[in-house]
Amino acid sequence: MPYWPCRARAAKDAALMHRFANPARFLKIARPLTGWLFWSGLVLLLAGCACGLFLTPADYLQGQTVRILYIHVPTAWLGMAGWTGIAVSALMQLVWRHPLAAVAGRAIAAPGALFTAICLATGSIWGRPTWGTWWEWDGRMTSMLVLLFLYLGYIALANASARQGAGQGGVSNVTAIFGLVGAINIPIINRSVVWWNSLHQGPSITLRGSSIDMALLWPLGLTLLGFSLWFGAIVLMRMRAILAQNKVEARMQRLARG
Amino acid sequence: MKAKHQRLILALVALAALIGAGLLAASALKDEAAYFYAPGDVKAKGVEPGKAIRLGGMVVKGSLKRAADGVTMSFDVTDGKATVPATFSGIAPDLFKEGSGVVAEGSFDTKGTFIATNLLAKHDERYMPRELEGMSYNETTRELKVEK
Repeated sequence: MPYWPCRARAAKDAALMHRFANPARFLKIARPLTGWLFWSGLVLLLAGCACGLFLTPADYLQGQTVRILYIHVPTAWLGMAGWTGIAVSALMQLVWRHPLAAVAGRAIAAPGALFTAICLATGSIWGRPTWGTWWEWDGRMTSMLVLLFLYLGYIALANASARQGAGQGGVSNVTAIFGLVGAINIPIINRSVVWWNSLHQGPSITLRGSSIDMALLWPLGLTLLGFSLWFGAIVLMRMRAILAQNKVEARMQRLARG
Repeated sequence: MKAKHQRLILALVALAALIGAGLLAASALKDEAAYFYAPGDVKAKGVEPGKAIRLGGMVVKGSLKRAADGVTMSFDVTDGKATVPATFSGIAPDLFKEGSGVVAEGSFDTKGTFIATNLLAKHDERYMPRELEGMSYNETTRELKVEK
C-alpha cells in the first residue's frame, strides 16, 4: 500500500480552511486584526510617503516626478493582488462551497477597483512630463485599463446577484466564474512589457535584483508593505460589514415572521 | 468520487484551458499588440513609405542636429541591429535627448528617412540619483569613476 504523507497534510489543511467557514470564529480573529492592520499599515505608508517626498534624491532623468513611484507601484501591485484574491476566493467558493470565500470576493472588489484606478491616474500624471503624453494605448496601460473594467463588471455582477438573494451576502456562482476567468488578465499585465514593445518601461525589480538605485528604492518597501496591510484592513472591515448586514437581515426576517 | 473532487477537477481543467487560450491569444497578438516598430523590425520586415507607424529605439549619441529654424531636428534611431535616420519638427518632450529612448509617430518617406509627426520619450527601467549620472562603480576596486 503506498504511503501518502501528503494525504494527512491535505486533510489537516482542509480542516484548517473549514474552521474559518464559521463566521463567529472568523470574527473572533478578524475583529482585533482589523485595527492592527489598519494602524500599522497607515503608519508605514505615511512614513514611506514622507521619506519618499523629503529624504530621497531626485532621479537623474525624471527629476522630482520620480516620487510618484511610491504610490504608483503599491497601487499597481494591490490592483493585481486584489484580483488574484478574487480568483482564489472564487475557486474556494466553486469547489469547496466555502461560505466566507464568497463574502471575501465581494469585499475585495471595491478596494481593488479603487487601487487600480489610482494606479492608472498616477501613471497618467507621471506619463505627461516623462513621456510627453497622458495616455497611449500600449500593452501595459491597455491591460491595466481592462483590469479596471473587469473590477467594475465584477462589482455590477456581485450587486445584481445580491439583489436576487443568491448566497448570504456573497456573490453568485456566475460572478465567481467571472472572477476566475478574469484572472487570465493578471499574467498578461505582468508580461505585457516583456512580450510586446511598449512605451512603459520593462520591469525594474526582478528576481535578479533591482535597477532602481538603493537611494531611491528603500521608501518603496515601506509604502508597499503599508498599502498592503491597509488593503487587508479594508477587506476585513468590508467582510465584517457584510456579515453584520447578514445578521441584521436574518433578524428582520425573523421579526417579520413574528 | 465526491462531488467536491469533481468540482475541483472541473475547475482546474477549465483554468488550464483558459490559461492555454490566453497564452495562445497573446502569442498570436505578438506583432499586432506591439506598440512600436524597432529599426531592426523595419529592416527585417520592410515598411512601405507613407504608412503611419511608430518607430522606437535609442537616439544615437552625436546624431542629433537642430536646423537653423530652431524647431526642426534630425537624429538617428537605433536598436543595435539597424539604424534609421529620422526628422521631426515641433516641440520634443523634456526627456528627449541623445542616448535615451524615443518613440516617434510618423511614416517613412521614399528615401527611407522617418518623418516624425510626434515624439514621445521612452523611459527605461533604471532609476538613480542625479549624482550617479555618468559615474560607474567598479565592484572589485570599490571605486567610483566619473566617465566624462
